[in-house]
Amino acid sequence: MARVKPRVKLPKKAVPGDVITVKTLISHPMESGQRTNRTTGETIPRKIINKFVATFEGEEIVTVDIDPAVAANPYFEFEMTVPGPGTIRFEWTDDDGVIYDLEKAIEAA
Amino acid sequence: MELTRRQSLAIGAGAVAVASLPVRSVAAQNDAAAVIAAFTGGVEPQEGGVEITAPEIAENGSSVPVAVSAPGARAILLVAPGNPNQRVATFNFGTLSASARARTRIRLAQSQELVAVARTDHGFVRASRMIEVVVGGCA
Repeated sequence: MARVKPRVKLPKKAVPGDVITVKTLISHPMESGQRTNRTTGETIPRKIINKFVATFEGEEIVTVDIDPAVAANPYFEFEMTVPGPGTIRFEWTDDDGVIYDLEKAIEAA
Repeated sequence: MELTRRQSLAIGAGAVAVASLPVRSVAAQNDAAAVIAAFTGGVEPQEGGVEITAPEIAENGSSVPVAVSAPGARAILLVAPGNPNQRVATFNFGTLSASARARTRIRLAQSQELVAVARTDHGFVRASRMIEVVVGGCA
């Protein structure tokens, strides 16, 4: 399987209290469990990212419960209020239990 | 003509298949209703208060950009009644979320009316939006 690579885009700097837009993308096939292998006729088992969580210094920004109808390479965009300088942590949970994560520091002064 | 056991079984199976055809779309709607009921705890959501932004015509059903927004909402559920799995995603907005607004890309198996249900402090609201899908995406 292709390497799963998370990517996040957000402004490097912000003023405390600012509202910023955060864009996230992770490369993942999001195998829905609906497809069949044409040569063997077997159903390809479901394997998706089923949860996405973004937190700032442990405080929740957004949590997404994901079902197979989310497109491959799931993309999420949301807005957050920057309380001050700190680190935003992003976590994507795979069906197989693996958690892909990424941290982004934000300067706020 | 006398029917063999095999033939009569085949006819019976065919009849069952035909009978189950129209039932399937009704079942899909029921499933969507069940998905929404599970989210609202059985409360019937009010119309309005949620906005779905999506193309009217989606060329490629395997990736349709969709934005949902519901001022004051704690969570938004997205449902695609025409998909084999009706529940699409649930957005839960935390304390640092600046707006009850999110954007993602989804799969749509066929043309259908996409439904969004939002949980606010005052109850549940819903909205729907028809999307024509040119090529269905495997959902």
